[in-house]
Amino acid sequence: MPALVLALGVALVIITRQIDISIGSQFSMCAVVVGVVAAAGAPLWVALAAAMGAGVVMGALNGVLVAVLKLPSIVVTLATLVIWQEVIRLWQKGRLMSLPEGVQWFGMSQAGGQAAVIGTAISLLVVMAWAMKNLSAGRYVYAAGSDAEAARLAGIRPTLVTFGVFVLMGLLAAFAAVLNLVQSPQVQPNGGVGLELKAIAAAVVGGVAISGGRGRLWGVLLGLLLLASVNPALTHFHQPPYWEKAIQGLVILLAVAADRARAGSVSRKA
Amino acid sequence: MPQTLLQLTNITKSFGAVRALKGVSFSLEAGEVHALLGENGAGKSTLVKTITGAHQADGGALEICGEVVSNLTPAGARELGIACVYQQPALFPDLSVAENISLRLEKPGVFSRVKWKSQRERAAELLKRIGAEVSPEAEVRSLSMPEQQLVEIACALGSGARIVIMDEPTASLTQKEQHLLFKVVRDLRENGVGVVYISHRLEEIFALADRVTVLRDGESVGTNAVDDLTEAQMIKLMVGREVSAIYPPAQSEAGEVVLSVKGLGCVASGVSGVDLELRAGEIVGLAGMVGAGRTELARVLFGITPADEGRIFLNGKELTILNPREAIAQGIAYVPEDRRLHGVVLEMPISENITMASHSGLFPVGVLKFKAETEVAKIFIRNLGVKASGPDAAGGSLSGGNQQKVSVARWLATEPKLLILDEPTQGVDVGAKSEIHRIIRELAKEGLAVLMISSDLAEVVGMSDRVAVMSGGSIAGILEKEAIDAHDIMELALSGGEVER
Repeated sequence: MPALVLALGVALVIITRQIDISIGSQFSMCAVVVGVVAAAGAPLWVALAAAMGAGVVMGALNGVLVAVLKLPSIVVTLATLVIWQEVIRLWQKGRLMSLPEGVQWFGMSQAGGQAAVIGTAISLLVVMAWAMKNLSAGRYVYAAGSDAEAARLAGIRPTLVTFGVFVLMGLLAAFAAVLNLVQSPQVQPNGGVGLELKAIAAAVVGGVAISGGRGRLWGVLLGLLLLASVNPALTHFHQPPYWEKAIQGLVILLAVAADRARAGSVSRKA
Repeated sequence: MPQTLLQLTNITKSFGAVRALKGVSFSLEAGEVHALLGENGAGKSTLVKTITGAHQADGGALEICGEVVSNLTPAGARELGIACVYQQPALFPDLSVAENISLRLEKPGVFSRVKWKSQRERAAELLKRIGAEVSPEAEVRSLSMPEQQLVEIACALGSGARIVIMDEPTASLTQKEQHLLFKVVRDLRENGVGVVYISHRLEEIFALADRVTVLRDGESVGTNAVDDLTEAQMIKLMVGREVSAIYPPAQSEAGEVVLSVKGLGCVASGVSGVDLELRAGEIVGLAGMVGAGRTELARVLFGITPADEGRIFLNGKELTILNPREAIAQGIAYVPEDRRLHGVVLEMPISENITMASHSGLFPVGVLKFKAETEVAKIFIRNLGVKASGPDAAGGSLSGGNQQKVSVARWLATEPKLLILDEPTQGVDVGAKSEIHRIIRELAKEGLAVLMISSDLAEVVGMSDRVAVMSGGSIAGILEKEAIDAHDIMELALSGGEVER
């Protein structure tokens, strides 16, 4: 479920014709922030707010570099991916942190907590999908991703849209980290490693066009479910589970190739 | 008897349904400068491209030095001694001048060594021959536009070309550089090279050319010795055609002044000192040659490249317009020139394309109302006669003319007071064209002030209540209703104001 939250965010980023591969590190960082603040004895809500704040700051940094300074997002987020990872490593030195009582499963039973986590993630999907379809802001995201110059001439501010989407991505990374924390009694400082692959794969498999401007958030859920079935399928066919990541990578390539083929046929028609 | 270097006979070339060249004949002798003259879109570039091998002619014969050549490619043209200096230098910005010249003149193997010294010496020699003060070691990126053009000319010289084509070579040159260029051209002529010289500036043609061929609507309307023609006769040849009666009659009364600009300028886009007034219900044509600053002026008015001097008044209120958002909020609409690039979003349905610029008016809370959106789209589809399967059809599924209508609809949906149209009928078929003309007339009748940029002289004459002619980034003259005349427009468009840059 945390992966769904990340995938929703990265779907928006891809719709604006950008990419964010630093989300795994953002996720880890937010989790560590919760652990540190909680360990310092602050109330739980302060810890959660601190995590959200950290997410927004990391997202805003990416956003400024990409939207305002017009640096290529793949390079920017590759750099921030490594930076946050190394900051965590130097800061925490791989320590596991225990979380205070009451965090796990929101203080509920495991079944109730699990339901709450799934419910929260699905509600987020519903709200975001509605917003993308029904709000001017959502329409602007599609417009800026389809044709930034046309959008600008129509009075939309593509820079602001891109910046906003990166900030939202940071916030969602924090949200995902919190949803993940309630599932375990401890904070893993490298809990986000590799999550970007999963999230991006879910988005592109779910039909979000890597060339920007197209894609529905409901598709992201389907993409994620499809990818989640890879592991059980491997077990079923008695194959080692190590293949999962390789298959995710392959699936991304296939989805991108399919999108390219489609985009190619559109532009030939035009 | 001078040798004929180039002989084109009855060349035809079509792009889709557009007949760019309808049987043009042209010849070039050794040691002559032959000027090519014509309005925007008369077919000059197409003709040049068939000579350089960039386009293949559909019909007609091409002879180079007495030999019939078919299926000419750019590489083949180069080997036959044809060199072209384009308006926009096509050099590699990160390489040095000497490297660029070598790349143009040699065809080394993949592993052949670069001979730095001889490369540099040859570049220095060529540059010296044309009197250009450019270091062979300078990175091209660091050169000014005219300097780059001189490098291009050095390339043409170094290739030992017998036929040199210059496409508006002086467009970005200073007066001193122009004199340098004239000297180079005369030197080339002395050495028996044939020069095809394209320029909008008549005084250059009188100064340089031996003969002049005028193109109009893809046809040659005559080749004459330059000494046999007066300036007025040349202009007459260029515009010559009758303005057809297909334009809808003017029926609007000019009302209050909507837009008034005083001394408007923007250094970055080369627009300066523009004074212009537009009244409600009036169509003002903005004419001029390509590069005269028409689109640039529109972009300043719309805040894409904000003005850095002068004042803009809309309905008597002074404004500063820093970006398109503010322009839209004040009631200015701009339908850009290239609807493919900056107009209709191909992935989006027509309805979303139409409402794209008017969300704040239609959906003040930020929540979309699909029913209202579809209604708006339907109204515009009906009023503008957009041919589409419905409001949900993708923008990319429409023909050029219908895309243009959708683009216009987007701006009408913002309920503007001033509508700026940039080449509204470019690349649109004849039927859609007259429909767009009718729409523009109706909008003016409803009280909109319309500023129409057009390179189509007939359209400017047929549609405008007044015509402002631009040249060299400022208004060269304004023609009132009764005085609108293609000949005068062309004369103003070709008039000075350009040399002082």
